[in-house]
Amino acid sequence: MQRQVALIKQSLFDQGYLDEQFMELEELQDDANPNFVEEVSALYFKDSARLINNIDQALERGSFDFNRLDSYMHQFKGSSTSIGASKVKAECTKFREYCRAGNAEGCLRTFHQLKKEHSTLRKKLEHYFQLARQAGPKETARRPK
Amino acid sequence: MTREELPNLAESKLTALVVDDNFVNQSIHQKLLSRLGIQNDVVCNGKEAVDAHCSGRNYDLILMDMDMPIMNGTQATKRLREMGIESKIAGVTTRANEGEKKEFMEAGLNDFQEKPLTISKLLSILHKLDFYVQT
Repeated sequence: MQRQVALIKQSLFDQGYLDEQFMELEELQDDANPNFVEEVSALYFKDSARLINNIDQALERGSFDFNRLDSYMHQFKGSSTSIGASKVKAECTKFREYCRAGNAEGCLRTFHQLKKEHSTLRKKLEHYFQLARQAGPKETARRPK
Repeated sequence: MTREELPNLAESKLTALVVDDNFVNQSIHQKLLSRLGIQNDVVCNGKEAVDAHCSGRNYDLILMDMDMPIMNGTQATKRLREMGIESKIAGVTTRANEGEKKEFMEAGLNDFQEKPLTISKLLSILHKLDFYVQT
């Protein structure tokens, strides 16, 4: 089962959902906090859900306050960068570029894609952590090849 | 650097303050510090950092985010230096064009690192600020 967990993690990196920063977080896990990455991920998804909601509401109002939207997205990008959520981070970057260009349609299109990537990552990580818990503790965190 | 090679600085009794409005970053930065044996507190913005010092708390190291509500990192750093706080302050931020970075540094930082913060970057800060000698 450890091998299955390792393969799932490898696929998350190979498919570009996660980057090196996720491995940095796994290196921080120790006996005192064996589930640190899962806890931080849960914090990220809770915080990012709030930001998604704020942005949704701002977009639904129809008046595009690009400064405010950019500010929300700056926070979103920061969190995504910190946990290694590579595809989500890329969409955040695109969204901010559209904000700077004052391109409302681009913002809407990118936000739609961002929510998809966010939801996909959430499901994949939930599955990964569930299997990891079942598999039990491993000796060391291994970097994917 | 493997987990086994990480220095343990607990004996040096260093203390640090994490100043960041983002809960994910707070959690990660606190964990990074704890892994190196550095006791730490956290506040959510520059004003809380200033208030903590006004109430008598003091730290060897402050990890200061730049973009925060109420009082940002640049303002907080300036204020702390005006108060005579001599703690080492390291700016950590994602938003940093050269102009913003220069302004942040000139506010009174001792060092600057781009997020995301990692063990390597934190050790670099500690080494540069003479808290840790690499062997």
